[in-house]
Amino acid sequence: MKKTKNPFVQFFASVQLTLFTFIVLALASIIGTVIQQNRDPGFYYEQYGPNLARLFEILNFNDMYNSGWFVSLLVLLSLNLIVCTIDRLPNVWRMVVQDNLDTTPERVERQAQRQDFQVDNDPEGAVAVAKSVLGTFGAGVRQAPLGDGTLLFVQKGAWTRLGVYVVHASVLIIFVGAIIGSLFGHKGGVNLPEGGTTSAIYAFKDNQPIDLGFSVRCDKFDLSFYDTGAPKEFRSDLTVIKDGKEVLKKSIVVNDPLDYEGYTFYQASYEPRNETMVKIVNERTHAEQVFVVMPKREISWPEEGVSFGIVNIQGSERTGYGYKIWFTDNKGEPAAFWLTENMAGKVERPAATYTVSLKRRYATGLQVAKDPGVWYVYVGCMAMLLGLVVAFFLSHRRVWIYVTKQDGSTRILLSGSANKDRIGFAKEFNALAEKIRRNDSLTRIKESS
Amino acid sequence: MNSSQLLGFTTFAYLFSSIVYIAVLVFRAKKISIIGTLTALTGLLLQTAGIGLRWVESYQMGIGHAPLSNMYESLVVFAWAIVVFYLGVEWKFKNRMLGGFAMPFAFLSMAYASFASEINQQITPLVPALQSNWLIAHVVTCFIGYAAFAVACGMGIMYLLKAGHEERAGGEKGEGIFDVLPSLGDIDDIIYKTMVFGFLWLSTGIITGAVWANSAWGTYWSWDPKETWSLITWFVYALALHARYVRGWAGKRIAWIAIIGFLSVIFTYYGVNFLLSGLHSYGRA
Ligand code: HEM
Repeated sequence: MKKTKNPFVQFFASVQLTLFTFIVLALASIIGTVIQQNRDPGFYYEQYGPNLARLFEILNFNDMYNSGWFVSLLVLLSLNLIVCTIDRLPNVWRMVVQDNLDTTPERVERQAQRQDFQVDNDPEGAVAVAKSVLGTFGAGVRQAPLGDGTLLFVQKGAWTRLGVYVVHASVLIIFVGAIIGSLFGHKGGVNLPEGGTTSAIYAFKDNQPIDLGFSVRCDKFDLSFYDTGAPKEFRSDLTVIKDGKEVLKKSIVVNDPLDYEGYTFYQASYEPRNETMVKIVNERTHAEQVFVVMPKREISWPEEGVSFGIVNIQGSERTGYGYKIWFTDNKGEPAAFWLTENMAGKVERPAATYTVSLKRRYATGLQVAKDPGVWYVYVGCMAMLLGLVVAFFLSHRRVWIYVTKQDGSTRILLSGSANKDRIGFAKEFNALAEKIRRNDSLTRIKESS
Repeated sequence: MNSSQLLGFTTFAYLFSSIVYIAVLVFRAKKISIIGTLTALTGLLLQTAGIGLRWVESYQMGIGHAPLSNMYESLVVFAWAIVVFYLGVEWKFKNRMLGGFAMPFAFLSMAYASFASEINQQITPLVPALQSNWLIAHVVTCFIGYAAFAVACGMGIMYLLKAGHEERAGGEKGEGIFDVLPSLGDIDDIIYKTMVFGFLWLSTGIITGAVWANSAWGTYWSWDPKETWSLITWFVYALALHARYVRGWAGKRIAWIAIIGFLSVIFTYYGVNFLLSGLHSYGRA
């Protein structure tokens, strides 16, 4: 069944090309792991000198995985896969759906496994036994007359021949997902101080703002440490505001992001600000207000006639900070006292009691991604794993029994083959032969194989 | 008894088992090979207990997490996976002659974890990036794959030594150390099946890593050196599968790929941590 193929098809369908592409991709990928990627030009100049730095620039070694030539290699691999599949799949499909009863006695004889029995029974009796024996191998035994006898057939796992093609297709599905992500997705970030709100993020690639269509507020950022001083948790309390309404609140940590309208907000970093959030409550009137306070600045709350300031800060990020507060409502001597972040202070004044609590102000660093391709990638990955299991561990196993009359006796020819795991199949096959040999209703004359 | 003592005994059990398996080959003493298997099994039980105890100890310290979080713990898991996988191969192929080419990898991994000065054995708390259930799925799947590749590499070395010997001997059957080894055809079959198994788990490891990266940073693939090296390794084995299945490569060529592939595994696992910079820097601790 050899056809002369068009050389284009021949080239792109060849497995030599695949081997070549694998090798080149592997070698090329090494370059990008040795030369740091996406640093500024000065870095390469300093590390490698002017000549190499120029060469790297020409060959895009500074951003290799996005360079034209590297992407071309991936395109080449994809073309190879597509053409190879178009070239081979039809034949494989024919193997999956073919009618295995539509064959010749010679082909039945030519299977890898064979076992011959001569019995005294009439052909009808032998066919009945054959049918029940094949039924123990798999469901759906079929039979048809062939030549001057009867052919019976059963198979298992015909569909497993498609496993490899599922693997190949999965690679393409993953590529499609990656392309969708790079065309329609966004990757960016934003630094959001506590109390701050944003309706845009800033793209990593060019720092341009991307409008979200909703806004996000950081209500609070918390930082905790283990006793060893290693960071334990970064936590941001976020609120999503859409059309002026709060629609979603979530406290995010690394590995547990917030999702809204296709955008995902990841806890990525943080930045302490040289500011303190001070909350003051008038316990009598319940009037309250939060102030963002710089050290050594006097702040006033005119409605209450209160002035205050932070005159001293001590401590560290790990141990927490102590703050010396100066406070007055112009009724009596000003108060001065120390506060820590976990401890609210009460200030008794002649006319009112105030509760003061405070906290260092942080900005949370959010990484934001919108990737509509990610589900394609995940589906591709699942398909790849399923396909690999099928391709590696399952096989297409076929068994025939051909019953013919021969010199006054009846011949039972058992034959079969598997496309993989031939040793495993041989065991199954021998078990079937054993069932025929041991069958009580057959009177055996002799056997050969 | 604490976990480091158990793991210390494990190291010696693997050393002893390696010596027995090698002695079996050198002195053609097939009978004592059962001792190699039994010590390997004992070591495995001790190690399983040790890993479990280390897990418990981390909870007693108030920083509970699976013992998979730094270079030391991953080397221990690597050794564990090699032994589990090797004993599985020994059982499946009913052949104890393979141990001399597999158990030394488990011993070396344990010895390196225990004695290298750059490796910190303390139980350390998990930094935020590692606080994820994907950590377990990712590390375990990767190391099952790596263990299979280690065994494939050992079998590759065995194949090349035996093939070299047979060429020198000119096809004559002798009584030498190579004659107790399985036939070249059998070794070749074991190498291929082992690589196939490893490829499946490496693929799963890369995928769980990608899913994890996406849930932590919003990017399933960022061409960070460790990711890229795992992909390079994946290409090496994909090459082997295609070359064999479609072009009929077998024997020495596949043995060499098993060795090259494992060097790539070692670099992915170890070289990247110490020689290159990237996201997976936890290994430096
Ligand atoms: C990253 C890309 C690829 C992956 C992950 C992959 C994976 C696989 C796997 C796992 C097998 C089964 C091997 C076995 O059963 O031992 C296989 C077989 C095969 N692959 Fe690929 N492959 C890839 C690319 C390609 C390309 C580009 C071609 C193009 C020629 C190709 C052609 C084949 C062929 C012809 C087979 C044998 C199929 C059969 O008839 O059973 N593969 N591939």
